[in-house]
Amino acid sequence: MNSMDDSDVQVINVSRRAFLGAISAVGLVLVVGCSRRDTASADPPKYGADSMPHGWVDNPLAFVAIAADGTVTVVCHRSEMGQGVRTSLPMVVADELEADWRRVQVQQAPGDEQRFGNQDTDGSRSVRHFFAPMRRCGAAARTMLEQAAAAHWGVPSGEVTAVNHEVVHGPTNRRIGYGELAVAASHLKVPAGDTLRLKAPSQFRYIGKGEVRLVDGPDIVAGRGMYGIDTVLDDMLFAVVARPPVYGGKVGSYDAAAALKVPGVVKVVEIPGTPPPSEFQPLGGVAVIARNTWAAIQGRQALKITWQDGPNVVYDSKAYRATLEQAARTPGEVVRNQGDVPAAMARAARRIEAEYYIPHMAQTPMEPPAATARIVDGLCVIWTATQAPQATRDRVSKRLAMPSENVTVNVTLLGGGFGRKSKPDYVVEAALLSREMKGVPVKVTWTREDDVQHGYYHTVSVEHLEAGLDAAGKPVAWLHRSVAPSIRSIFGPDPRHEAPFERGMGLVNVPFGIANLRVENPAAEAHTRIGWYRSVSNIPHAFAIQSFVAELAAAAGRDPKDYLLELIGPAQRVDPRTMGDSWNYTESPERYPFDTGRLRRVIETVSREAGWGRKLPPGQGLGIAAHYSFVTYVAAVVQVAVSGKGELTIPRIDVALDCGPQVNPERVRTQIEGACVMGVSNALASEITFKAGRVEQSNFNDYQVARIDAAPREIRVHLIASDFDVPLGGVGEPGVPPIAPALCNAIFAATGKRIRQLPIRDQLAAHGSQPAANG
Amino acid sequence: MKVTLTVNGRAADLDVDDPDMPLLYALRDGLALRGPRFGCGLAQCGACTVHVDGKAVRSCVYPLRSVGKGKVTTLEGLGTSAHPHPLQQAFIDEQAVQCGYCINGMIMQAKALLDSTPHPTEGEIKDALARNLCRCGTHLRIVRAVKRAARVA
Ligand code: FES
Ligand code: FES
Repeated sequence: MNSMDDSDVQVINVSRRAFLGAISAVGLVLVVGCSRRDTASADPPKYGADSMPHGWVDNPLAFVAIAADGTVTVVCHRSEMGQGVRTSLPMVVADELEADWRRVQVQQAPGDEQRFGNQDTDGSRSVRHFFAPMRRCGAAARTMLEQAAAAHWGVPSGEVTAVNHEVVHGPTNRRIGYGELAVAASHLKVPAGDTLRLKAPSQFRYIGKGEVRLVDGPDIVAGRGMYGIDTVLDDMLFAVVARPPVYGGKVGSYDAAAALKVPGVVKVVEIPGTPPPSEFQPLGGVAVIARNTWAAIQGRQALKITWQDGPNVVYDSKAYRATLEQAARTPGEVVRNQGDVPAAMARAARRIEAEYYIPHMAQTPMEPPAATARIVDGLCVIWTATQAPQATRDRVSKRLAMPSENVTVNVTLLGGGFGRKSKPDYVVEAALLSREMKGVPVKVTWTREDDVQHGYYHTVSVEHLEAGLDAAGKPVAWLHRSVAPSIRSIFGPDPRHEAPFERGMGLVNVPFGIANLRVENPAAEAHTRIGWYRSVSNIPHAFAIQSFVAELAAAAGRDPKDYLLELIGPAQRVDPRTMGDSWNYTESPERYPFDTGRLRRVIETVSREAGWGRKLPPGQGLGIAAHYSFVTYVAAVVQVAVSGKGELTIPRIDVALDCGPQVNPERVRTQIEGACVMGVSNALASEITFKAGRVEQSNFNDYQVARIDAAPREIRVHLIASDFDVPLGGVGEPGVPPIAPALCNAIFAATGKRIRQLPIRDQLAAHGSQPAANG
Repeated sequence: MKVTLTVNGRAADLDVDDPDMPLLYALRDGLALRGPRFGCGLAQCGACTVHVDGKAVRSCVYPLRSVGKGKVTTLEGLGTSAHPHPLQQAFIDEQAVQCGYCINGMIMQAKALLDSTPHPTEGEIKDALARNLCRCGTHLRIVRAVKRAARVA
C-alpha cells in the first residue's frame, strides 16, 4: 500500500475502543462507564426511547470525556448520514454542559447499546428520543464540575456556576477551567437524573439557534471524510460478490477458472445464502477476492455461474400489478371501520372512485453498501457505514458463532442511508470473507448494479379509494383499500398483510371527520426483499389520500385547500387508537395525540406563505397536500409549469412543518429541502421493476433520480415556532410524503391531467398544457 | 507493471495489473485517497470526478493508460480542512453538505467551470452540474455555494 497520506493509515488502524483508552491515558477524566436501562420487562406499556431495544442512557461517563487541556469529547452514538446528528446531539450535551463549542470534539461510538442506549438510526427519532437524555447527560457533567470547583475552593456549591467552559465563584469572581477540574470531577458520583437542574430554554447557547456548523463539514469538503467504503488497511483484500438474481435463488454450479486468470484475483469462494425470509443475512452467491476492487469486478465478470432461481422467478411487475389491482377491487381484511359505509355509499348523491399505483423504489444512497472486516485472535473488527451498529454486531456474531463482545463495529460516516444501511447483510458478507481468508482484512464493495439489483425495496402498492358525496359535495362515506407486500415478510413467514406500523403510516389514521369510514387491507405476497425506504408506507398512503381529496374537491367544484381543511374539521386532539392506530410511531397516545389543529395550522401557514390562489401564467398551477408522519405535521404547496410539449419544471415548493421545538433549525431546513428533492425523484422518475424475478434496472442510467435540472428552482421552508415543553417530532422523513401528491395536484391545476400512477415519467408528453376547469 | 502517476504535485509509483484499470481504483485502492468517490462506476453520477491537466474527468471510466504523464488533481489537492480552497470554504459557508458523498464531484466540476468561466450565471452553474447526482437533495445550496465562490474569487 502506497498511501498518499500517512495519517490515513494511522486513523484507520486505531479502533474506537483503543482510541477511547488512549485519551483516558493522557489525562482524560470522565472515562467510559457502563449504564444500562433494561427495557425487556414491559409491564406498563413503554413508549418512545423506553420502548426501543436497550432504551436510552444519559450517563455522562459513557458520553463525555474532558482532557486536562479542557478539550471536551462528546460521544455520538447515532449514525451520521447527512441529517447532521453528529452535530446536533453533541451540541445538546455541550449546551447543558456550558461547554464552549469550539473546544468540543465529537467521537463516534462503536456498536454497543448496553453502553450507549439504542443506536438504530431510523424512524426519524435520534433527536426525538435523545434530546432529553443528552440534556441530562450534559447537565450531570456540568453539576459534577461545579461540585468539584466548590470543593476545590471550599465554598458551598450554591455559590458556583458553570459558564462557558469554566466554573465561576460568584462572591469572589474566582474562575477555574474545566480541564483543571476534570480529574476531581470524575471521582464524584453521577447525580441522579431527577435532581438535575436543566437550563431554561432562554439560557440555551446553541439549542434552537441553528448557528452551529456541521462538525464534519471541513473534513468532507477537503476529501477527509471517512465513509464505509474508504477503509484501507495494510495487506487488505477487496471483494465483490455475484448474488443470485432472484430472491431465494442459489448457486447451481460455477466455474471460476477464467476469473482466477484475471490479474490481481486472489480467490473465488461461494457464500452460502439464507433462504427466505433472509432477514439481514446475505443472499449468498460467489465472491471474488482480489488485490483491488477493479480486479475483483473484472474477475466477477469472468465467472460462469448457473443459478437455481427458485419460486420467485415468476415475479413480473406487470403481472403483479394486475394481481394487486384485482385484490384492491375485492373486499379484504378490515383494519378500521366506523359507521356503515355500504349504506352511506348507497344513499350518496355521487360516488367517486380512483386507483393509484406506486412502484418499488430503491434507496440508492450515493455511497453504495460497503464494509471491511478483520479477524485476529478470535476478535472480529468491522468498519462500516451502518444505520444499525448493534444489529450489525449481533448478526455478525451470530453468523460467525462468536460471542458478541468479541465483535467490534466501528461506525464511519454514511454516504446516505435512507433505510438501506439499516440492513447489515453486506457487513456479514465482509465478515464471512475475512474468515475465509484466515482473518486478513477484506473489504466488500457493492457496485451500483449490486445496489440497484439486490436491495431491500420500497414496497409496491395499489391504493383503491371510493367516496360517496352528498348533494353539497361533502363526503359521507370513505372506503380505502391498500394492497402492498409487507416489510414483515423478510423477518418471518409472509403475513401477506400490512403490519400495524405500516398501517399506522397514514392508512388508518386519516384525520377526516367522515361518519362512515372503512379501511381494508387485502392480501399481497412478497417476491423480493421489502425494506424501509425513507418515509416508508407513508409514501403510497399519502400519495393516494392527498390526491383523492383533491379529486373530490374538483368533483365538488371546490378549492382543494378549503376542501381539505373542511374534511379535517375543527381542531381537536384525537387518540390515535380511536383511528385504529395502535402503533403511533411507538409514542405515547397521551403525549402524542393526533392534533388536527396542528395539521390545520401547517396547511394555513403554507397556503399563506405560498400565496395560494395567486394568479399564474397559463400552463402553471399550484397543488397542495398535507400529511402527518413520524409525529410531525407537514403541508406542501408545489408550483409547476408544464410546457406545450409536456415538459415539467418546478419553479417553487413551499413547505410548512410543525415538528415541535427545533433543536437545530438549520438541519431541519436542510432535511426538508432534501425531502423535497427526494419527493420529486419519487414522483418523476424512480421505479424498480421485475421480470422473471430479476430487477430490470441496473444503474443510475435506468434507475433515475432527480438531477439538478429537475430539482425545484426554489424551496421555502416555514418552520412553526414551538415551546420546548412540546414533545419533539421527527424530521428526517416527514417531509417526503406530501411532495408527490402536491406535485400531481399542481399538474392537475396546470393541465387538467390527473396522475394516478408513479413515476410520472412521460405521462405528460401527450398532454401539453390546457387550463383545468377547477383548480 | 509499474506506473508513475503525478497526483496533487507528488509522484507516486504504483504496481498495476491492468493498464486499462480506471484511474479511480488506482487513486482509492492504490493511493488511499478518499476525495474521489465511487458512486456508479459508469460515468452517471460524477462522484469520482478529478482533474487531469486541469480538465474534469470521470475517473471511474478514465483508463490509467490515458493518464500518461498527465497531472492529476483531486479534491485533496485544492485545500485542506484547516486551509480550505475558497470553493471548499463556500460549501462550508452555505452549509451545502448533507451526507457529503457527492461533494467531491460537485466541487471538482465547479472548479473546472470557474477556471474557465470565473463569473458564471446560475444557468451555467446548473448546466455544469447537470450530470452530477446528489441523493440527499442539497442541490440548491450547492448552486449557492458555487455562486458565492465566484463572488469572492
Ligand atoms: S463513479 Fe464515476 S461517474 Fe459515478
Ligand atoms: S450530500 Fe449526500 S449525496 Fe449529496
